[in-house]
Amino acid sequence: MTLEQAKFEYLLRLGDSSLIIGHRLSEWCGHGPILEEDIALINIALDFVGNATSLLTYAAQVEGKGRTEDDLAYLRNERDYRNLLLTEQPNGDYAMTIARQFLYDVYTYFLYEELKNSKDETIAAIAVKSHKEITYHLRHTTEWMYRLGDGTEESHQRLQNGLNELWMFTSDLFDMDEVDAILIKAGIAPDLNKIKEAWEKRVKEVVAEATLQLPTSIAKQKGSREGKHTEHLGYLLAEMQYLPRTYPTAKW
Amino acid sequence: MNSVFRNNTTMNLTQLSKEDILLALSEIPDPEIPVITIEELGILRDVKWDCITCTIVITPTYTGCPAMKVIEDDIRIKLKSLGIENIIVELVYSPAWTTDWISDTAKEKLEKYGIAPPEHSSVDKGTLLGKPRDLRCPHCSSKNVQMISQFGSTACKALYRCLDCREPFDYFKCI
Ligand SMILES: [Zn+2]
Repeated sequence: MTLEQAKFEYLLRLGDSSLIIGHRLSEWCGHGPILEEDIALINIALDFVGNATSLLTYAAQVEGKGRTEDDLAYLRNERDYRNLLLTEQPNGDYAMTIARQFLYDVYTYFLYEELKNSKDETIAAIAVKSHKEITYHLRHTTEWMYRLGDGTEESHQRLQNGLNELWMFTSDLFDMDEVDAILIKAGIAPDLNKIKEAWEKRVKEVVAEATLQLPTSIAKQKGSREGKHTEHLGYLLAEMQYLPRTYPTAKW
Repeated sequence: MNSVFRNNTTMNLTQLSKEDILLALSEIPDPEIPVITIEELGILRDVKWDCITCTIVITPTYTGCPAMKVIEDDIRIKLKSLGIENIIVELVYSPAWTTDWISDTAKEKLEKYGIAPPEHSSVDKGTLLGKPRDLRCPHCSSKNVQMISQFGSTACKALYRCLDCREPFDYFKCI
């Protein structure tokens, strides 16, 4: 695998994760529990989709086959998607969404902090920009972790259920392969073991402060690096890609 | 409306200087906050002009800012009104946009418009840790204000309410 191939693959991983979690959040549009949260979630969704646009634009450029960011977003099949399994999990109830966003926000907070120092200038520039936004996302979800976890008996139980259900997808966040090895060596991507340490520490702190229990389940599901997804991604793509695939020349 | 170029679209392009172009572009209002211009907001980063092709460099406030497309269109319309046909609009992410680039005059305009202007971004680092912020209501100047949501009507704003005059207002978030 060449450096360019590794970079393309890596950009898909970052870009697809943003795109898919952004699309998931956008499903809350008009359904938020209160108006302010509806607006907040959609603003955050917009940040993710914006971040995906810049990453996939760059991915298409690195690939050099004349594809655009829209081709990558709308014309690839499920198995070609490289988003993390966590990002495609359904919204569930509001607590489940908060649990998913929290686990992911802590991850991107530390990951993009490292990517700011990437030797690839474009990745570093995107990371600097995105990290400012991620800081707001993390603050938002952390507050809801406290509010729901340390709230009523029901909100506590629902958030605990969300954490328990999603926990099996967290090892997928730190899975590394040849792509990572090549990019770590080139100073382009960070070692995910380092991110994992920071992630575990922060998650543990917030979970304890929110009077919740860290899930103990040992079941692990990985596979996003090879495009092995849970059943949920196919349904999401069917909805997201329907219009551009049915009306390929549509413009708006 | 006061543009000196308004009735002068046939102007010879070689007589057009970079400063003229900058002056014309500095009239373009931000689509979401029309009281300030894209120049005052710091979105307009650079103008390159070789008497044939005009390259405009812009940077987004937020990566997903939906106004960028409108801003690009507004720039093209403005340049065409000057008679320029070869237009390149370049989007750059580095250096990352910061609220520190908003000029003091623009901050005054924001407050008059009813949006509490951003403080210096180093001030906001404290608020990320949950410390109180020195922020006043744009309607009555009271500092007795409360955050309703960190996310307001657009990506760059948070929603507050004034506990004295009871009016809600937008606060331009520091990034
Ligand atoms: Zn007031």
